[in-house]
Parts: sequence; structure tokens; C-alpha cells
Amino acid sequence: MTTTAPPRATAPATPPSPTSAGRRVLNRLLRWWRQLTAMRTALILLFLLALAAIPGSLLPQRSLSQNNVNKYFTDHATLAPWLDRLYLFDVFSSPWFAAIYLLLFISLIGCVVPRAIEHGRALFAPPPPAPRHLHRLPENTELPTALAGPATLDVIEEELRVRRFRVVRREGRSGPELSAEKGYLRETGNVLFHLSLLALLLGLAGGKMWGYEGSILVTEGQGFCNSFQQYDTYSAGPLVASGDLAPLCVDLDDFKAQYEQNLTASSYTADISYQLGGADAVDTTIGVNHPLRIDGDRVYVTGHGYSPEFSITRTDGTTFTDLSAPFLPADPSTMASQGVLKVPDLGAGATDQLAIEGFFAPTGVLQGGVLTSVDPRPLDPQVAVVVYTGYLGLDSGLPQSVYSLDQTQIDRGLLTEAGRANLAAGESMTLADGTVVTFSGYKEFAAMQLSHDPGQLWVLGAAMAVLVGLLGMLLVRRERVFARVGPAPDGGGTVLSIGSLTRGSADTGPRFSALADQVRTALADRVDRSSAPDATAPSAHGPAPEKEIPPS
Amino acid sequence: MIDSSLAALSDHLFTISVVLYSLAVVAFCAELAFGNRTARARSGELVGAGAPGTPPVSTGDELPAESPRARRLGVVAMGLTVVGLVSHAGVLVARGLAANRLPWGNMYEFGTAVVLVAVVAYTVLALRAPVLRHIGAFVLGPVVLAMVLIGLFLYASAGPLVAALRSWWLGVHVTTAILGFGIFFVSGIASVLYLLRSRYEQKVAAGTAGSSSFLERLPSAAALDRTAHRTAVFGFPIWTFAVIAGAIWAESAWGRFWGWDPKETWAFIAWVVYAAYLHARTTSGWRGRPSAWVNVVGLTVMVFNLLYVNMVSTGLHSYAGVS
Ligand code: HEM
Repeated sequence: MTTTAPPRATAPATPPSPTSAGRRVLNRLLRWWRQLTAMRTALILLFLLALAAIPGSLLPQRSLSQNNVNKYFTDHATLAPWLDRLYLFDVFSSPWFAAIYLLLFISLIGCVVPRAIEHGRALFAPPPPAPRHLHRLPENTELPTALAGPATLDVIEEELRVRRFRVVRREGRSGPELSAEKGYLRETGNVLFHLSLLALLLGLAGGKMWGYEGSILVTEGQGFCNSFQQYDTYSAGPLVASGDLAPLCVDLDDFKAQYEQNLTASSYTADISYQLGGADAVDTTIGVNHPLRIDGDRVYVTGHGYSPEFSITRTDGTTFTDLSAPFLPADPSTMASQGVLKVPDLGAGATDQLAIEGFFAPTGVLQGGVLTSVDPRPLDPQVAVVVYTGYLGLDSGLPQSVYSLDQTQIDRGLLTEAGRANLAAGESMTLADGTVVTFSGYKEFAAMQLSHDPGQLWVLGAAMAVLVGLLGMLLVRRERVFARVGPAPDGGGTVLSIGSLTRGSADTGPRFSALADQVRTALADRVDRSSAPDATAPSAHGPAPEKEIPPS
Repeated sequence: MIDSSLAALSDHLFTISVVLYSLAVVAFCAELAFGNRTARARSGELVGAGAPGTPPVSTGDELPAESPRARRLGVVAMGLTVVGLVSHAGVLVARGLAANRLPWGNMYEFGTAVVLVAVVAYTVLALRAPVLRHIGAFVLGPVVLAMVLIGLFLYASAGPLVAALRSWWLGVHVTTAILGFGIFFVSGIASVLYLLRSRYEQKVAAGTAGSSSFLERLPSAAALDRTAHRTAVFGFPIWTFAVIAGAIWAESAWGRFWGWDPKETWAFIAWVVYAAYLHARTTSGWRGRPSAWVNVVGLTVMVFNLLYVNMVSTGLHSYAGVS
């Protein structure tokens, strides 16, 4: 489509006066600025941006999965710290990635803002004067006519106005001339597109600064409130203060997963009730693709699993019921899950603690004493558990995962195995000290996520503007037509020279010849009319030109 | 519920399409071969007539007149292509009806649809500008190769969608991604042919071109370059829209509109490369061959995104059935 470079001002010649040091620095800066805002630099920066994104997809990223990064560190113990020093596990928040896109956007500003201003002026200015040599334009022709100069220009002006060109006539150095232009929307689209990219970046940045996100596993019957202390994991932008969090609490009443015959999950739905501030609780249902949206916050169900339930009866008759903890699915296709239930307050003593670690199968099958799961649906829930008693070390000050036991407590003999068993729902086991542990059933849990991104709507608006600008830039043709009249070389009549310059279309030839033909017909028509004794007689040259204008 | 007879029909149509396209490739190649014979004879005459300075290559968009036999072969090839196209569309229609959903829920279906769009794009181009018919062998050759690979390695039987894929935005996002990809496919091939042909034209101008070459029968370098650019210009807004629609869908399915998931990252890379291609075309020093290379890189990125990212790396983008 376009093969011409955008017009760029050439560097003004440096003044011949002796250059001071200050001026030299200024010149150097100006030269850098010009270089940075050159199209070629933008192109290189675009390539760099594409290249820089590649390691972010090939290496594990902290923002996606801390676990995968940890695994990479264990697998490549020597290489990983080096990669980490280069921010290769945080590519998209690394200084070098930021440097590339910031440079690109500075280049964009330097390139597009002057263009936008120039275009703003052009919108209200007449089309530019005709170039001196019309025959050097990509499309051009000359039409001889018997009409006088001004009348000839009248004819082509009419043709162009019908085609919705903006037309201006001037007295040029080599005779009366005409400039016409249409397709201003192309440049408008270009400016809109590039400026919207900037707006999009600002929206993204704002979202990162003021946005936050927290995730938590919630078992049926339980809930959470929107505060960083409650989340299992959270991330927040640097400008988020914990007082800014919306006062929202969510309870999970019921969770359902539905499966197709081939056991792919067809839908998850969570019945929740939520409370915003002191308002009344509202019941609603959310699911995959249907988050709860309130006031700039969104609550999602991002996954699900099972929380096996146990009850414990001590020898003195005290009974603890409805003890449950989420077991994390290890295999999403069968929902075979692993986890641990920690019971720190079984008795008065610090070492009167118990943990049930094990494996949960929603549909269990025992093969040679080993429990496996064969179906993600809870058709025959079973567990394979090891029960430990002793001291869990929860208050030791060291952080512990809620989904696994602290192995060092076992190694140090503070936590000892008190029994192991495979249990179906309702079955019990008795520990050495007489304590009875019953696998009483299960509840489902939902992985829930609360997200807050104030830049989101802004980004959507900017993305739409990007698209609109792009369509304008790529679909609209900008056409300029210039015409000039001069005396015919043999002295009789006038020669009309026409030239045109189109951006944004490949087949300019046919369109230009259609215009030229139309003008030729109209000229002949006009000559006939002015020379015919009866000016109202129908023309021998066909219908009036206006009526056969091809769709442009 | 899966209708197994429709699913089987879809599989048969796939095979039939591959056979028809292969026959079309044979016919296109024969057309090039026969066309060559006349062209070679003529260039021989020219040289014999003692005009070494005038290259026998038309620099315009029209090809030298074809022998009637070559033209007949070309028409047969086009006919085979169109029939293959109908059968190819049938593959997806039957799948969609069998599973009662949009037929692009896994990589097999996605790949098949992309190739369909590529063939449609080629057919439209060839019908509008008959010169472009001559790139048929080079479009349908890769098409046949792609379909064989898709059939061998990506095949997944008709089945229901995983939960995250059941959204209205699936239709919008995946449909536009398929359209964009298919169009970029044709654009990339045009650029590859441009690279070959422009080298050949340089040689002809220097008088060092080999005596016979299929390149002689290709459209002019200028026409190929223009085709590549116009298709990319057509594909770019579609791809942009696909990325935006994907972000809108991700926002409701995954809790964020953009998270640099590998698939998202590569979609972004492809977008940047195509933006670079469009810029390169208007940047002095990058016009012609360098910008054509950028377009080829763009297509490579798209293919890499489909194959590597779906099959090797793990991300949220799940396509059921490929393991
Ligand atoms: C953020 C990265 C950028 C993207 C994604 C982008 C994208 C585009 C696209 C798709 C086009 C359409 C090309 C065509 O008309 O065929 C375009 C045109 C243009 N871009 Fe950019 N651009 C970017 C940055 C820049 C920068 C930094 C500059 C300035 C140095 C720039 C200057 C231009 C100009 C002058 C045109 C018009 C070319 C013409 O009218 O033919 N762009 N841009």
C-alpha cells in the first residue's frame, strides 16, 4: 500500500556562528532525539520488544507459578541464580523489559505528537499546493480541450467535489491550479491508533499500581473477608494501602462440579452469599466465565477440590467433629488429592496435637492395598491416611504450608506416627492410645480469587480505540489530486494536466483513469454545450457526468 | 451427546479433502511445467534474436500468454481446489453438528479451520486476480503438508469442551484467531515466493538467471509483495481484535485480562512482529526483501505459537484431546 516514507523534517543546518559548548550539547541532544523518534529506531525497538518477551514464555515465571520457579531452582541449581540476577524469572516486570517499552513509547510520543499537531492543522487547512511537476506523480495525464483555463478547472473541480474531495484553487507560478484531497480519516486513524497505544500503556500501569489480587481456598460452609491477612496468597500494587480494600465478605454455601460422560468438567458453580460493608447479605451463583462483579471488584471461582471430613474421639470421651481441610488435587482428571489436616488444640498440653496426612480419592479403588482414584466425581470417597501425634511446631515462628507437614518435626521425633489406614466414608481407626479417628465424609472446596484492577475499563476503552484507529488507518484511502491548466503548445485551447497521489490502496490506476475519463467526457460535453446554438439541446455525448459517477 | 455417524463423516471428509488438494497440487505443478515449456521456447527465441539486454521476464502483473493446455490444467487445478474446499468445510460442519458446538475446541479442529481459511483466502485472491492462481502449488503444497501433520499428530475425536471454553467469547476469540492466522498463512507464503522471485528477477536483470525455472511462471515480485502486504493489512486488525477478544474472555474466565501466559506472550510477539512488518514497509532501508523477511518471521511465530506452545509448554490455554 504505502511505499513512501512519512514526511520528516530534515535537520536544520547548524548555524555557521562559532558553536558554544552549550549549543554543542544541545545539538547532540537534538540529534539523539531525532534518532530516537526515527521510524527505523521504532522498528528496532519493536523487534527488541518481541525478542525480550521470548524468555518470558520459555522460562518459568514467578507471576505465573512460584512452584515452577522453585522446581527450576532445584533442577538447575547453578544456572538458576544467574538467570535470576538477569530477572529472567520476572521478565515482564524486569527493568530491561520496561526500558524497551518505555523507549518505544517515548519514540512513539516523539513521532506521533508532532504528526497529530500537523494533522490537526491540516484538518482545517486547504489541501497543499500542487507540486511543480505533475507528470512526476505516480498517476498523471494531460487532457487537451477547447475550453478556456478557468472553465476547464471548473469542470474538474465539479468532478472532484462530487467525489467528496476538498478542493482549493490557487494562482500558481505556472498558471491557475487546483489541489484536492480526501481521506483525512486515514491520518486521523493513524494518530488515534498510536495515541491509544499510549493510553493503553497508561491504563496497564495504573492497574498495576493500584490493583491487587488475593486467592484463598474456601470449603463449603466457610467464607472469607477481603483482607490481606486472610488470603493464602496475594499480590498488590505499590500504591495499595490495606485500608483501601473494599469491605467485602463472601461465604461459600454450596459448590457443584458437573461432568460430561467422558469426565471432562462441563461446569462449576458456586452458590455464595456476599456482604458489602454493613449491607445485607446477597445470595448469588458464580461459576467459570461468570464471576461476581461489584464495585470494581471481581470474585472468581478458579478451581475446586475436596476437603475430607474427620471426627476424633479421645479416650476421655471428648469428641471433635466436622474437622476438615482442603486436600489439593494432584490429578485433575481423577481428582486424586493430597493434603493434611492439622489439629493443634486437641488437648491442653502443647504436645497434645494431631495431624492426619494423606490421600483422598473421590471414587476410590484399592489395588493391592494401594488406594487410587478412578473418577473425579465423589461416587465412593475413600482416604489413605497416616496419623501423627505430638508437636506440630505451628507456633515455632517458621512459616509452614497448610497443605503439608513440616518434615523436620518428624525427623526430630517431635511428631510420631500413631497409625495408618485406608478408610471408606464412615469407617474409623483406633490409634495406639485409644483415640478413634473417623473419616466421616467430605465437603467440596472452591479456589476463589478476588481481583481489583482500576485500570481495566480504561484499558478496554483504549483497546477499542486502537482497533478503530487501525481500521481507519488501514481501510481509508487518502487521495490527493492536483490539476493545472496551461496553453496548448500549438496555440489552440488549453491543456489540463492532472496528477494524483494515493496512500493506502494498491489499484490506483483504474480509479485514476476512471476520473480522467469522466473529466474528458465532461469537458467535451461542456465544449458542445457552449458551441451549440441551442444550449438546452441534449448533448450528443451521453448523459450528464454526474449521473455516471462510479461508486468510489 | 456425540453423534458418531456425523463424526465419522467428518473424518472421511478430511481424507477426501487431503486427496483433492493433493490432486490440485499435481495439476498446479503440471500447469507450471507446461507453461514453462512455452515460456522457455520464447525466451530462447528472444536470445536467438540477439536481444541479450532485454530480460524475457514481464515486470508487469500479466503473465506471458499461456498455452491452452496449461490454462486447461490451471482451471482443473482451481476446480479441484474449490471442490476440496467444500469438502474441507464439510469436515468442520460435520464435527460441529456431531458435537453440537462450534467446531474449534481442540488443536485438531483449530488447525483444520486455519488451513481452511488459508485455502479460502487463496481462492478469493486467485479468482479476483488470475495471475495469483500461479502460486497455487505453493499454497496448496504447504496446505496438504499441514493437513497430513494435523491428521497424524493432532487428531482428537469429537468431544465436548472443557468448562473454561464454554463461553460466547470462545466463538468470537477463536473464530477471529483462526481467520487472522489463515490470512497470515497466505501472506507469509506470498512473502516467501516474493523472496525467491525477486532474487530471480535480479539474476535475470544481471543476465545470470538459469535457463529454466518455475520462478519464471510466478507473478512478478512486485505483485507478490503487494499481495503479501495487502493480506497482512487485512489480517492485522483481525488479529488485533482476536487478541482483544481473548483478553476480554480471559478476564471473565481466569480473573485477569492479561497475565503473560505463554500463549498470550506469543500472541503478543506475533502482533508486534506484524506491526513491525507494516512499519518496515514504510521505512527506508527496509522496503522489499528485509520487510518480506519480517513477514516470514511473523508466520514462523504463528506456527510456533500453535505447535510449541500448545504441545510443549504448559499454560492455561487448554485444548482438550492432545496429550
Ligand atoms: C508501539 C508500537 C507501535 C505499533 C504497534 C505501531 C503500529 C503501526 C501500524 C500497524 C501501522 C500501519 C502501517 C500501515 O499503514 O500499513 C503504523 C503506521 C505508522 N506508524 Fe506505527 N506503531 C508503533 C510505533 C510507532 C512509532 C514509535 C512510530 C514513530 C517513530 C510510528 C510511526 C508510524 C507512522 C509514521 C506510520 C504511518 C505509516 C504510513 O502512513 O504508511 N509508529 N504503526
